[in-house]
Amino acid sequence: MKTLKYILAIFFLSVSFVSCSSEDENPTVEQNPVEGLTMIYEIPAADHTVQIYSEKQNLEVGYNEILIRIKDLASDTYVANAAPNWMPIMHMETMQHSAPHSMLTNTDESTVYKGHIVFQMASNDTEYWEVVFNYSLNGQQKEEALRIAVSQPTDELNKTQVFMGSDDTRYVLAYVNPKDPKVAVNDLQAVLYKMENMMSFPIVENYKIPVDPRMPGMGNHSSPNNEDMTYTSATKMYDGKLSLTMTGYWRINLKLLNENGEILKGEDVTEANPESSLYFELEF
Amino acid sequence: MKALIPVFPLKGILMGCLWCALFCGVFIPQVHAQVTPADSLKLIQLNEVVIISAGKQLDHQKQRKPLSTLDEFLESSRSINMVKRGAYAWEPTMNDMASERLAVTIDGMQIFGACTDKMDPITSYVDVSNLAEAQIGSGQQGAVFGNTIGGGINLKLDKSNFRPTGWNGSLESAFESNNTMRVFGGELNYSDEKFYLNSDGIYRKADNYYAGGDEEVKFSQFEKYNFSINSGYKLAEGKSISATLIYDEANDVGYPALTMDVSLARAVIGSVGFNQDTLFGNLSNWQSKLYYNNIKHVMDDTKRPDVPIHMDMPGWSETAGFYTQANFNKEKNHFFFKWDGFYNKSYAEMTMYPTNGYEPLMFMLTWPDVRTTNVGFYAEDHITFQKASLKLSTRLAYHANTVADDFGLNSLKIFYPEMDRTNTRFLKSFSAQYHKMVKDFHFNGGLSYGERAPSVSEGYGFYLFNSFDNHDYIGDPELNTESSAEANFSVTLKKPIFEITAGANYFHMYNYIIGVVDPSLSTMTIGAQGVKIYNNLDFAQLFNASLSGRYTISNAFKLSGNVSYHRGIDNEGENLPLISPLSYRGALDFYKNQFSASLSVDGAGEQTNYNPAYGETKSAAYATLSASFGKRFFLKDNDLFLKAGIENIFDTNYSTYTDWNNIPRIGRNLYLTISYSIN
Repeated sequence: MKTLKYILAIFFLSVSFVSCSSEDENPTVEQNPVEGLTMIYEIPAADHTVQIYSEKQNLEVGYNEILIRIKDLASDTYVANAAPNWMPIMHMETMQHSAPHSMLTNTDESTVYKGHIVFQMASNDTEYWEVVFNYSLNGQQKEEALRIAVSQPTDELNKTQVFMGSDDTRYVLAYVNPKDPKVAVNDLQAVLYKMENMMSFPIVENYKIPVDPRMPGMGNHSSPNNEDMTYTSATKMYDGKLSLTMTGYWRINLKLLNENGEILKGEDVTEANPESSLYFELEF
Repeated sequence: MKALIPVFPLKGILMGCLWCALFCGVFIPQVHAQVTPADSLKLIQLNEVVIISAGKQLDHQKQRKPLSTLDEFLESSRSINMVKRGAYAWEPTMNDMASERLAVTIDGMQIFGACTDKMDPITSYVDVSNLAEAQIGSGQQGAVFGNTIGGGINLKLDKSNFRPTGWNGSLESAFESNNTMRVFGGELNYSDEKFYLNSDGIYRKADNYYAGGDEEVKFSQFEKYNFSINSGYKLAEGKSISATLIYDEANDVGYPALTMDVSLARAVIGSVGFNQDTLFGNLSNWQSKLYYNNIKHVMDDTKRPDVPIHMDMPGWSETAGFYTQANFNKEKNHFFFKWDGFYNKSYAEMTMYPTNGYEPLMFMLTWPDVRTTNVGFYAEDHITFQKASLKLSTRLAYHANTVADDFGLNSLKIFYPEMDRTNTRFLKSFSAQYHKMVKDFHFNGGLSYGERAPSVSEGYGFYLFNSFDNHDYIGDPELNTESSAEANFSVTLKKPIFEITAGANYFHMYNYIIGVVDPSLSTMTIGAQGVKIYNNLDFAQLFNASLSGRYTISNAFKLSGNVSYHRGIDNEGENLPLISPLSYRGALDFYKNQFSASLSVDGAGEQTNYNPAYGETKSAAYATLSASFGKRFFLKDNDLFLKAGIENIFDTNYSTYTDWNNIPRIGRNLYLTISYSIN
């Protein structure tokens, strides 16, 4: 009986010790702001470099989240207050055009800037993408141009749609999340831009994008409790819910509705019409 | 919180009594004017016992068809009907209720099938070679075996139990013409006052069977074998330990009514027990057992032509449990106490192979690793009076379900975003059963209340395809506990040369669990008609009545028969599915000088109360005639027993209300059984 008491006492002590120590440790862990990301480009300049990070190994057609930071080589520190902005440009043989993109904004870490670009097409030997960065460094305005390679996604799935709506406007709709889809109700996120001219792609606000996921391989099986994507002003993206009942190949049929509820693109999925012309594809 | 439901709703009881009174009123006048010889007061319970034990010498005359499958034995019980999906692994139903409403145990052990499509009722994991008898309790009379609504079945294993018989063994073989079924079995036993060891094995292999009119029923083949060992050792006088091990494996089991077959159904069932004659001076017959069983079930469609999509559907079910029970007698009171519990783990998955080979596999968890914990306490008091007896019983149980797998939990949250991982409930059962003897009449009446938790499929199933109604089923983890108020009544007139019993029972069930079509959902299975979600109906009513009799014509000839009526309706007066039409059975048995013969008829009326919404079509009336002949020879000390018979003599092509997709039953079938026992 006595030994049992001791064992219990030691057990409780050790449990409380373990729990205390783990609480103490948590806040002191230093977080690397680019942990898990790949530095895909580094622009060398005289006294600094611009580092470009992505979750992916290389830039692809569609939505790309990109983080940059600027390293001051003199002080060996990353620069805050650089107020960077960027402009992607596609140099085609006969013309130039830009791509839908966000502003570069500060993340929680003041030296890291984040934004996204939706590339509509891949680059090749004669047609290439260039991103022009503007930022301030030690009170001076700088400009650097970077030639980048954009490839087709290796999974060959359609996650970006460039289309003409019934209002004669050209739109770009790109899939953002979930990056890692699950058999669950997923948070679905996409960005929607319209093409004002070759160089200007403003965000489209307050439209609605109904979602109808289907499995063509399973007799067009669908899932319940999906939610239409609607505009969230805080993120400037469209958010909805996507239910996936099993792993496999899913075709996410979509429609685009303007503020008045008029269909600009896409069709209802019915027996006669098994798919919408506006869609994303997923595999997992 | 759900509303409290009165334990004995007045309406249900009134209705039940009315039905009983009406029914009995019809029969009593026919039998009341009989001479009454003094009869010993023998309790007639609603419980029934079906003798199975194959190798036990004297029982052969009672069995029209030894070495038939356990399913056929159970079907011969007047209270059990079997739902058939093929020639093998039939699902027992009692009072028109199937597995999820019954407590089916093997020697007191809880075992749960591993197939999401109910292709492996636990009765398929034992064989007649293992068993002594099936103990059957209707309604809450079966609560001793577990939480139940419809009743309980306990398959009692055959044990020598320290009888001083020494060594004995037997060899048995049977052949059936229709599906060329071959059966080989044997057993070897040793038993003395200190120790016993029983071992047996049986092997069955059958090809496709032919329905009446020589119609081959494709994919009705099966192959199975079963071994079991059980042993006991006496530690001291009145104190013994015992152990049991059963291994059962079936391969290549065809299910003509389904789109898939089974490549493997395997069960390992083990237990250790401790028995003591007395406990604390007052308690007697103290029995305790620890058990574990593991079931694996693999469905396979690779042998089927034209499947729209190939799929694998393995399932696992593991259960560990215990019980300890004892009797206590005090004057007129005979108490029985039992404390039991089990922990079950049910996991099943489905992988589909897309026809476009480059697409990824489609995977889902059809049973999301559901952990069920159930701990219960059962007590009964059997009070004997001079010409009457009263049995009071109760079961109180704690029941919890937990979804252990996150993948599965997230899958279900697609349908139930607010669902909790764990769901607990408290299950209650109360019953009072009264027996009174007036001259040669035995009156039995009872009132009871019982509850059950939803089954794993009902609570947590994910797109389970049911080919009976061609729908995908999805469970609901937020289902209410199903409960039932039951009234039963029977009257028996017992004379030395004849006996006649009229009985009826009525179940008024609250929160009756059944799949209800949700038209907003899209089917998963290609070709399915729709999706059903398990739901609680406000109430449902079931009524069963039967009349059975036995008449001894002479020492050699005996006549027996029974006829039963069943009715089940939901809260809107619509018919419930799988309710038997009027059915009947009759037999003439002959036994003299080690020679036995029988002629029996089985039949049912046209099914007038069916429900197309549940995929039912009207099954037509039918009757089949069967005959058997047997002879026992004594060869020195040994016994040779031969039995031959013919079933469905007129090769009738028929199917019954329980046959999925109206697959016709077996046609004319000749069988021959030889058993040789060495004493």
